[in-house]
Amino acid sequence: MSAHWPKRLFLSALAVFLALPIIVIAGVALNEKKTLAFPPEGFSLGWYAQVFTDEGWRAALVHSVLVATAAAAISVSIAVPIAWFLWRRVAPWARIVEVLGLAPFILPPVITALGALSFWATTGFYGQPWTVVISHGIFFVSLPLVTVTLGFATIDREIIEAGMTMGADDRTLLKTVVFPLVRPYIISGFAFAFVLSLNEYIVAYMTVGFTLETIPIKIFNALRYGYTPTMASVSVFFVLVAVVVFGLVARFGDLPKLLGAWSEGDKG
Amino acid sequence: MRRMPPERAADYYPIAYPALMLGLFFVVPFAIMLAISFFQRVQGGFYEPAFTFANYGRFLSVFFGEVLVFSLVLAALVSAVCLLLGVPFTYFLTKLSRKAQVFWLVALLGVLSLSEVIIGFAWSTLLSRTAGLSNLLVAIGFMDRPDAWTPGFGAVLTGLVYQAFPYTVLVLYPSFSRLDPSLMEASRTLGASPLKAFFTVVLPVLRKTLIATFIIVFIFALGAYLLPQILGRPQHWTLSVLITDQAVYQSNMPFAAAMAVFLVVASLSLVLVVAALNRKGAGQ
Repeated sequence: MSAHWPKRLFLSALAVFLALPIIVIAGVALNEKKTLAFPPEGFSLGWYAQVFTDEGWRAALVHSVLVATAAAAISVSIAVPIAWFLWRRVAPWARIVEVLGLAPFILPPVITALGALSFWATTGFYGQPWTVVISHGIFFVSLPLVTVTLGFATIDREIIEAGMTMGADDRTLLKTVVFPLVRPYIISGFAFAFVLSLNEYIVAYMTVGFTLETIPIKIFNALRYGYTPTMASVSVFFVLVAVVVFGLVARFGDLPKLLGAWSEGDKG
Repeated sequence: MRRMPPERAADYYPIAYPALMLGLFFVVPFAIMLAISFFQRVQGGFYEPAFTFANYGRFLSVFFGEVLVFSLVLAALVSAVCLLLGVPFTYFLTKLSRKAQVFWLVALLGVLSLSEVIIGFAWSTLLSRTAGLSNLLVAIGFMDRPDAWTPGFGAVLTGLVYQAFPYTVLVLYPSFSRLDPSLMEASRTLGASPLKAFFTVVLPVLRKTLIATFIIVFIFALGAYLLPQILGRPQHWTLSVLITDQAVYQSNMPFAAAMAVFLVVASLSLVLVVAALNRKGAGQ
């Protein structure tokens, strides 16, 4: 139908809008000399290699990955019991805990960041590398909380009923039925928190900005004190990480459902 | 299985750990920040306990008023542009095949998770004179010589829309994908064009979603702290930038805290409006 072309045009225009900055930084990182020209002058993959060979960038990358892994683990460890408790028990007051888990993500991030700064400065731990792990862990609780809550909602309570009738206790049920069913949602929640923590700047900056360089902090410092194509190549690398992680979530899970659509079966 | 209220002490253990963590590392920091907002700043970037409203008093200055108005207008503008683009986009998106939807969702999540630092850097490159779009326009003969489009208001707005657009789509996505297709079919059967059906059926049905999304994206845009700094001039700074600046570079924690508390109150009141809207929506 000819009526389709405005729609195609609109979608393509938005695709270009979303892709353009990434294409440009991918190109900029190919420059032969230390310049941010586009189209690139000369061709070199050296700046991409620098992410792993340059000591400073590699250290920042290691810091980012370690912080993100530990923070995502903390987020999941906080989110899963909340979701489980709300699913298992009738306890309206426990909703308060849920709201506290969701709040940091709804409020402007600068608030969580400033709260973290006040807290770590007051307790005397300001600047310790592990403080950012905890603050990120709290900051991103909402992501696994949303996915895992969704996971529990998909469990057919009759299955649990059947298990109970056959004499299984809570612990057995949790291990043999409940956990396997929500596991994909836990993994997605972990993935979301991991990727967002990798990219998070303001909380990291206000907690360990002067003692531990993560990739976003290092890119920001490079923006201020001297551009180098490495900041472009590392950005492209981060885009790839995000796409691969979310691609995997989509590959092994139902991404549209995870994001709130009916699942394929429900559509009928 | 029936859900049961917790009875024995052991039943409470699972919720104790999350409650403790969130209490200690979210509620307590928040309380400390609130306390600091009443403290007094002393020379050398420190502060001492006091109970003064002086930090809040500074809100009454012309400078603060201008920053506040600018932040609100900017956030509203970003939210409006995102909805104008995001509503038709999400509508088309939910009509695509499942596979195509997954492709778009992965791309949107990829952009959404990008660091503000990376977005700011990418757009400042894209709008710069040496590597920017203007070179392209020169090459095809639209412009005489390349021009720098950053820093400037247009650059700030573009960057913020870029950042908030995926968020907008993901907020709209559940409602649009659950929209009953028979509504559209019915209006088409009754002779409405697709465009007319979209404006007279789809949008009115989703009116509450649209208002709620506008507010949610508004708060999201209000939280931008780096893009106005990277892509704008000092007159384009928002409240979030000002808070960061006061806390880190001016070492005025009490004033930064007071502004943060103000931002929380403003955001929370907006969240409550959304919640009230949703409750009303659910009641129907």
